[in-house]
Amino acid sequence: MRDLTYCAVMGRKNEIMKKAVGIDYSEFEFGKIGFDYEKMMSNVAYEMDDMINIQKETKVGNTPLFELHNINRLVKANSADGKGGRIFIKDEAANASGSFKARRAAISVYHAQKMGYKGVIAATSGNYGAAVASQAAQRGLKCIIVQEVFDSQKKGQPEIVEKARKCEAFGAEVIQLTVGPELFYTFLKLLEETGFFNASLYTPFGIAGVETLGYEIAEQMNSMEGRYPDYVVATHAGGGNLTGTARGLIKAGATGCKVYGASVDLKGLHMASDKDFNRKSFTTGHTGFGIPFATQPDRADVPRNAARVLRYMDRYLTVTQGEVFYVTEMLAQIEGIERGPAGNVSLAAAISLAMEVDEGKIIVVQETEYTGAGKHPMPQLTFARENGIKIYRGEIRENVPGKTIVLPRQFGQIKAVELDLKKMKERYVGNVTKGFKYEELTEDDVKYLADEVRIDRVEIEKIMNK
Amino acid sequence: MSKATKGIWVEIENVVLEVGQRAPQVPEDTKNTPLIMWTKGLLIDEEAEIGQEVEVETLSGRLARGKMTAINPRFEHDFGKPVDVLVETGISLKKEIGGIR
Repeated sequence: MRDLTYCAVMGRKNEIMKKAVGIDYSEFEFGKIGFDYEKMMSNVAYEMDDMINIQKETKVGNTPLFELHNINRLVKANSADGKGGRIFIKDEAANASGSFKARRAAISVYHAQKMGYKGVIAATSGNYGAAVASQAAQRGLKCIIVQEVFDSQKKGQPEIVEKARKCEAFGAEVIQLTVGPELFYTFLKLLEETGFFNASLYTPFGIAGVETLGYEIAEQMNSMEGRYPDYVVATHAGGGNLTGTARGLIKAGATGCKVYGASVDLKGLHMASDKDFNRKSFTTGHTGFGIPFATQPDRADVPRNAARVLRYMDRYLTVTQGEVFYVTEMLAQIEGIERGPAGNVSLAAAISLAMEVDEGKIIVVQETEYTGAGKHPMPQLTFARENGIKIYRGEIRENVPGKTIVLPRQFGQIKAVELDLKKMKERYVGNVTKGFKYEELTEDDVKYLADEVRIDRVEIEKIMNK
Repeated sequence: MSKATKGIWVEIENVVLEVGQRAPQVPEDTKNTPLIMWTKGLLIDEEAEIGQEVEVETLSGRLARGKMTAINPRFEHDFGKPVDVLVETGISLKKEIGGIR
């Protein structure tokens, strides 16, 4: 009989993962800290044409790219002379399961089937669960989704409860837990019990699947406007969305396109706190994931995370919860499309960006997500009020995560705040080189670090000797 | 309804970690609560009441045991109440866009 205590199961982590992902990550590791990211991506994942075909088989991809004409009028009216970019939105809600996450799930589940796994498991409270469930339903695999959804009073985040419903709608088993990182323990036990594939968000499959999104954006924009976009804004949480999109843009040849990350500012809220859990209105796309995943990407559910945003992100913008609810309402009221709030984080940041860039610049918001009961500004703000959050219209700097949600009174108030990417890169370098002196690293290690954060070796040395 | 019969869709509860068994990195408020898990499935026992230890077959075909906490559990999430700031946002944006045309 296997020892199922917490310590014993956590101790078997590597062994369980190797079986459940089928990747020997040590093959790609070198030196003291380095690993060959590109080799991992090209050896393990699939080619672009293959991925496009795999996704087409299961109702994923080729989503519309719309110009937001009315929002762009307001951008123009609120910009200085000669300023005011044009915003386009990639309507990823059109994918099977209603979000871009279907792209990631499509490749993972295809691979699981090819490798002969009988089922797939994913640990996610987000759209990814529904995506895996939808893909598993199409490929005839069993599916289990493990969610963190309730506080200790069994009060569930409406947005996550809705995702549980959607997973069950596709025939998946949903396991729901109270707050805490030990979800991972339950996840490991299930992998061991079932022998299913770990459809992690962070495998090369999960990331490469998003490359088709960047690729499509480049191609579509080229055929619509005769050129590639100047900026693509991607909501950033775990990093896969931005990483995959940026890689796809590069593969399409849109190498001059800037890729900006956007997250909702949830500063001050502890992600594993029972009390804070229901005091936030965003369960993903926020800085509580965005910052740690950028600076410690390998603290994921696989040994080497294929989502590595610091390799691709040109700027990192944050917006407030109030601004995201405001633009979600805007999308419905003046653009005539209702989409989920979490997918509109990048839209809020894009509007701010559009008002500062030169006239005629093209900005693509690279996703939308489905909306429904629980996953909509009305139920989310109702829930926030029930949890004691003050909600009003006013100055956006009055937004305090866990205390207030303040929506702008006017369009022109939207203003993203830029985080210091250089500092994040320094933190990343500090984290991965912990316990090593610069002299102890191999030449290849240093090159690896330089690639990871896109700064030169001299700078790496400076950071490490600080 | 507090009684379920074989084949009915029910929810079961398990305590995964008791207070005192929580991981060291967990914040204090969470540490003072147990980690609880809920699973749903079709009841295997002939008959059971809420609170009883039962076995279910889940949608992935697993057999799972736990304390029965709900029978035919309903999803209660909805579209919430009308929210004043959203109504006002809609009206003000339409005014702003109207002023431009």
